[in-house]
Amino acid sequence: MRARLLALVLLLLLAGCSSGGTRDDGRITLRFQSLAWQEESVEANKRLVEEWNATHPDVRVEYVQGSWDSVHDQLLTAFEGGEAPDIIHDASDDLADFAYGGYLADLTGLLPARLKSDIPRRSWQTTTFGDGVYGVPFLQEPRVLIANATWLRTSGVRIPTPAKPWSWAEFRRVTERLSGRGKYGVAWPLKEPVSATLNLSLSAGGQLFHRGPDGKVTVRFGTGDQVVPRTVHAQANTDRSASPTTLGSGGSDTLPGFFAGRYAMVPLGFSYRQQIVQQAPRGFAWQVLPAPAGAGGLTQGVSPQTLSIAEDCPHKKQAAEFLDFLLRPPNMVRLALGDWMLPTGTEALKDPALHRTKDGWATGTALAGHLRPAPAQSVRGYPEWKDKVATPALQEYYSGAIGIDELGRRLEEDGNLVLARYQR
Amino acid sequence: MRTSTPARAGQYTALLAYLVFLAFPFLWLLSTAFKPPRELGSLHPTWIPEDPTLANFRQAFDEQPLLQAALNSLLAALAAAVIAVLIATPMAYVVARRRTRLAKAVTGWVVVSQAFPFVLLIIPLFLVLKNLRLINSVPGLVLVYVVWALPFALWMLAGYVRAVPPELEEAAAVDGAGRLRTLVSVTAPLLAPGIVATALFAFITAWNEFFFALVLLKTPEKQTLPVVLTHFIGAEGVADLGPLAAAAFLATLPSLVVFAIIQRRITGGMLTGAVKS
Repeated sequence: MRARLLALVLLLLLAGCSSGGTRDDGRITLRFQSLAWQEESVEANKRLVEEWNATHPDVRVEYVQGSWDSVHDQLLTAFEGGEAPDIIHDASDDLADFAYGGYLADLTGLLPARLKSDIPRRSWQTTTFGDGVYGVPFLQEPRVLIANATWLRTSGVRIPTPAKPWSWAEFRRVTERLSGRGKYGVAWPLKEPVSATLNLSLSAGGQLFHRGPDGKVTVRFGTGDQVVPRTVHAQANTDRSASPTTLGSGGSDTLPGFFAGRYAMVPLGFSYRQQIVQQAPRGFAWQVLPAPAGAGGLTQGVSPQTLSIAEDCPHKKQAAEFLDFLLRPPNMVRLALGDWMLPTGTEALKDPALHRTKDGWATGTALAGHLRPAPAQSVRGYPEWKDKVATPALQEYYSGAIGIDELGRRLEEDGNLVLARYQR
Repeated sequence: MRTSTPARAGQYTALLAYLVFLAFPFLWLLSTAFKPPRELGSLHPTWIPEDPTLANFRQAFDEQPLLQAALNSLLAALAAAVIAVLIATPMAYVVARRRTRLAKAVTGWVVVSQAFPFVLLIIPLFLVLKNLRLINSVPGLVLVYVVWALPFALWMLAGYVRAVPPELEEAAAVDGAGRLRTLVSVTAPLLAPGIVATALFAFITAWNEFFFALVLLKTPEKQTLPVVLTHFIGAEGVADLGPLAAAAFLATLPSLVVFAIIQRRITGGMLTGAVKS
């Protein structure tokens, strides 16, 4: 222990004597930490960086591979230590702490008009905190129904389209009709039930979080908020049309059963199509269907992937120019195809590659206009509410352990106590 | 004492079951590493891949600098193990032989210090290393690993030192050996199994460590294997399972090799002091 103490004291003494270094040697170098992880996505990012470097000899971008695992802690440490990457890839629901903490640059005056107008206002809302914009939302994915196409076709049920989706009630009837003999109409992977429930509830007019005139947020579990939970609960506990075993599983865990013909449909993120293309048995026919619609139409919440600039970055203008380059419509398309997601940019969304029927691209692209910021996007205290109140309450409700009244009581009463602590 | 044949058969069966239980994750990892994507998505997975492939290994090596990462991990883990043992051994000797209140307090503090969560230490540590210009460097990481491994190494080695009878050192002194000669010729050889076991502990701890490496190392050529492995995992825990299994399988090999080489010494270390002479 003494050695440990001595070593730390020595380090502290030495730390006081040394000074921070500079990174530049004449020309500007920007570090871009990307969280791209799929083969095609990493490739697309690296190619774009190479293309930038080839045409901008004075502003070199260094590609740094980041990791989704522990990214918040890693960035927080880097920010505190003044060593953050200049350009930061993250998700919009992770930005609030960094934005309010002053770690991210306000991009309001840095981004070109082209980029600002290309991305819809509703997407910008996901990265707007207070009066500033702290990230460029560039990729997003709706939740869709991945369906066994052969099973659906032979069952004779109406196949929904984005123009004429199933209602939540119709969805329930369809899954009931598809179930029986050890097979299920749907397998809900609800290991993380909160974001799926909240985001899909927008389609039924749910809002859950209500901001008062004083700016404070409270939870109200209204009729619209109950449609999705009630449907899932009924499928799993009353109709037996949803597999009870997958309620505690992640998305990938449901795929073997889906491929084996045990479930007709699996609600998953749009990007899961890549795994399905890789893993589906030869001859397995699948298709992408829109999630059911309700009073709010096909609306659903999303937390887009974002690109931000660190407040400590000494070359914010050049970093913003790189963002502009990276997010030009053709480049945004390359990034979207690499990640099997949708671009936020309206120009990029017009690209024919994103309108192919193959692999369900067209269905997903048709949903892009219905995507809204996730309800909890800017609610302070949401992570604690989610972990301590909403996750266990929803898990118990979906498993049939508690009823809808108890679920509502917990979400509202216990939830508001949590949120109040963050809003004093 | 003689054991009856049925009892012995029972013992072996229990041992075999335990070995299977322990080996299951590793064998499953091995099996997964050789499976093509379509077998990974099967509801009835088989132990032996029906259509074994090296594609996962190829993809893992193509996508990530695995060899460089393995080299960095090896360097960091070996250096941390050697330095930790070099520092901890004399300290352990003093703590074990000098039964003062200070020694007891140090031992107590060592145990308590293991309870500190990483996140409490990481920001001050990061600032210190930044000022030392040791961010994004393997030596910086080694320094952290040594500091991190020292308390437990000290505690572990102190136990081994206590197992060496002081009478042996006294006998050496009576025979005319000086303090240093006694330590080198009498105590050190007896401590060897303990030193090896401690080094192995420090090595494996450093080899598997993820969070410090994630935070302190930035550029791909400096990153260690646990960090590189997470590059096969996406948002919300979605994983590229085949290449991840292939890379994880390779990542377990050095630990297994090191353990296999020195396990006899560890066994010796465990038995030290078990029988009173």
